[in-house]
Amino acid sequence: MDWRRKDLLEIRELSREEILLVLDTAESFKEVSKRDIKKVPTLRGKTIITLFFEPSTRTRTSFEIAAKRLSADTINISATTSSVVKGETLKDTALNLESMQPDVIVIRHSLAGAPHILSKILNSSVINAGDGSHEHPTQALLDLFTIREKKGKIENLKVVIVGDIAHSRVARSNIFCLKKFGNEVVCCGPPSMIPPYLDTLGVRVEYKLESALKDADVIMALRIQKERGGVSFIPSLKEYATFYGLKKEHISLAKDDVIIMHPGPMNRGVEITDEVADGPYSVILDQVENGVAVRMAILYLLLGREQ
Amino acid sequence: MDKILILGKKALERVVNRICYEILERNQGCHNLSLIGIRTRGVHIAARIKERIKAIENVDVPLGVLDITMYRDDIFKLKFPKVRKTEIPFNVNNIVVVLVDDVIHTGRTTRAAIDAIMDIGRPKKIQLAVIVDRNERELPIHPDYTGILYRVSTGEEVLVRLKEVDGVDEVIVTRSS
Amino acid sequence: MKILIKNGRVIDPATNTDSQIDVLIEGSRISRLAKKINIKSHDKPIIIDAKDLVVCPGLIDIHCHLREPGYEYKETIRTGTFSAVKGGFTSVVCMANTDPVNDNKSVTEFIVRKAKEEGFCRVLPCGSVTKGLKGEELSEIGEMVTAGIVAISDDGKPVKNAAIMRRALEYIKAFSIPLISHCEEPDLSTGCVNEGIFSLLAGLEGNPPIAEELMVMRDITIARYVNSKIHITHVSTEGSVRIIREEKEKFDKVTCDTCPHYFMLTDESILSFDANFKVNPPLRTKKDVEAIKEALKEGVIDIIATDHAPHEMTSKDVEFAIASSGISGFETAFSLSLSLFHDGILDLKDLIKKMTINPAKLINVPYGVLSEGKVADLIVFDPYKEWVVNKDEFVSKGKNTPFHGWKLKGKNLITIVGGKLVYKDPDFILEK
Repeated sequence: MDWRRKDLLEIRELSREEILLVLDTAESFKEVSKRDIKKVPTLRGKTIITLFFEPSTRTRTSFEIAAKRLSADTINISATTSSVVKGETLKDTALNLESMQPDVIVIRHSLAGAPHILSKILNSSVINAGDGSHEHPTQALLDLFTIREKKGKIENLKVVIVGDIAHSRVARSNIFCLKKFGNEVVCCGPPSMIPPYLDTLGVRVEYKLESALKDADVIMALRIQKERGGVSFIPSLKEYATFYGLKKEHISLAKDDVIIMHPGPMNRGVEITDEVADGPYSVILDQVENGVAVRMAILYLLLGREQ
Repeated sequence: MDKILILGKKALERVVNRICYEILERNQGCHNLSLIGIRTRGVHIAARIKERIKAIENVDVPLGVLDITMYRDDIFKLKFPKVRKTEIPFNVNNIVVVLVDDVIHTGRTTRAAIDAIMDIGRPKKIQLAVIVDRNERELPIHPDYTGILYRVSTGEEVLVRLKEVDGVDEVIVTRSS
Repeated sequence: MKILIKNGRVIDPATNTDSQIDVLIEGSRISRLAKKINIKSHDKPIIIDAKDLVVCPGLIDIHCHLREPGYEYKETIRTGTFSAVKGGFTSVVCMANTDPVNDNKSVTEFIVRKAKEEGFCRVLPCGSVTKGLKGEELSEIGEMVTAGIVAISDDGKPVKNAAIMRRALEYIKAFSIPLISHCEEPDLSTGCVNEGIFSLLAGLEGNPPIAEELMVMRDITIARYVNSKIHITHVSTEGSVRIIREEKEKFDKVTCDTCPHYFMLTDESILSFDANFKVNPPLRTKKDVEAIKEALKEGVIDIIATDHAPHEMTSKDVEFAIASSGISGFETAFSLSLSLFHDGILDLKDLIKKMTINPAKLINVPYGVLSEGKVADLIVFDPYKEWVVNKDEFVSKGKNTPFHGWKLKGKNLITIVGGKLVYKDPDFILEK
């Protein structure tokens, strides 16, 4: 299996083989982060730009650490500090950046399809670090990596995704990813946050959290996207927490070895209680740790692709 | 394609045996000694050395596996080098590390391996054991333990083939005619 | 000036003609139609050999955007009408969403005057329903009618207030013009694509088909109640078709149109995130496309319009959600519509009817007919000529098309407006 893609735009277009290659490669890179000297010379001389049009701490830091551990140079550009505020189009911003010869541009944007625009006009590799409500492919890959690490397999699991499915790029990428490996995916949330036609993705929809969680191997709590108008779809965060917040008593409904995931940042007390987030079943911090290895793997694969 | 047998199964075994004795002799036993095999075939040769040393000295020498892909200087010129795991389950600080590989040619793999080890820790010494020395170095690197020296001509390739990977133990030279 | 079109197959749905007839044009009118017309060479006529070609009335588009005044960087009356005649249109109805909005007679007069000076074809302005398209107060409709508008519409900004819609429908009865309604319930249409499987996959906010259908139902219901002429423009959903079919049985003042993209494209194309596929209302599903074709066949859909909506590329080459909506459609609309003929959905006469006499009747103009004494607005086209769409060859300023690179069958070759040859395909030789 060779990697041939210039860009990583969406999980939906990846094959199982490609996903497994990322996971296997990430296994190799995970060891680097455990060393005293957390750096290998692999991408020495390569330049990676992170272009973030939306605030993010975790994803951006994760990409930056991944790049630095591979000895690449990183430059971070935020929408607030770039010329975007001066009314420059995305295309112009991208072309200007490309003139400085970066090898990879990691983009996060509040609108779906922004990375696709870049991929069409740039020679650099483009990594989608989250575009609107569309996809967040590296998140799904690190989630799958974490599931494989904790469960020893990524097939035939019951995965329950709880929350605002309609506005969640994490949910979309994870659904596409998990369905490729024949998992049972149950989406649970207030009906106003379940997008129409969701069942066409092979997903089962449940409105009652208690029945959704039965015998779950994996529970993913999603962040309520306040910034994407998520709040107008429910009466209040308090009511959401009452019906869909993940609480300690829910864990017993799932399998004994259930793992609890969250893409972060958490709204504690809304989609997840402290007890669950910090409890023994939580793998939330493992997800963050694995994010670095998975992003190292992706940077390596994109730059080492067969031309 | 011509194929010439350089070492057969038995001869290869003798070479590995000799290298073991040389390692033990040079390091006055196996105190503070470790073996790190370079993927792919170096790993299996290192495992055989470990096994022989155990038989001779009754000591379990720590064994590690090194994948040098991340350290290659030609990484973007190759046809997709796959990164595999490095597994060194011991501390390399202040001990003797014997790097084990099947063939030394330009010395670039060894350079990468030395860099990789140095990133992991600070060994007292790094030594190099190989089955075949092709003797066409591009870097000032020389093996400490050599099975055989074979100077290849144009169109020739030396292959160390191992039971674990190739199903057979032998060293051969192929010649494209 | 005389023009003689020889050997062509004349198709005129208004007079139910379909036969090989020569057409003689003298001055601005059609002077003779006969099996074989010979004229003396000292008359120095332009002779067009239309052997194997079709001659029909010039096409009438009841829905386009010429962008002038205000958005001359997108299109002007000059470039827009040149694009129109290239595509076979001899009369176009331009929407009121200019800057300033065409909500009073001075803007109407400006458009009419500018069209007279610079236009290649007839420009029939459409006034706005409400001042500034704000949906609050009625525009000065009567004065605009006097100045030359042929219809009213708040296209692009549907009239949300049902009471205003009622007043407008009542008011226009005095002037015998139709109200052209762009139907999309605004609160349900905050998205940018059709709500369906593909909006789900793309993570783009969807507009459900019911957003259109609710307003189709509302507007026809109001029109029927006040007995006024309502025209539903760019019908895009199966549900709208069903509602209009049923309403037409009860009420004879309802008509509708659709545009080529609603029977040529589906919402699957949005997966490319290419904003050339962004239109309002959005591209719908395969099932809707089938329903639109069926409705065209049945006659539920009376008219094919272009919704020619030229844009500068800067407003298309951006993120899908913030890109402008619309397709530069004049130069592809007729060829795309001819696929309905090639696919056996409509015969040529029915197709031409939906692009000539039916729109002429809607806006009550004396065009769209090819008979002696009538105004000489006509075109000559080759229904079988194959060509490849190249946006860079568009004469419209708007190069925004999702059809770039498409191979189409059928092409307009000659356009005559008021007896003047205003467009000739560069490859066409007048007399063979």
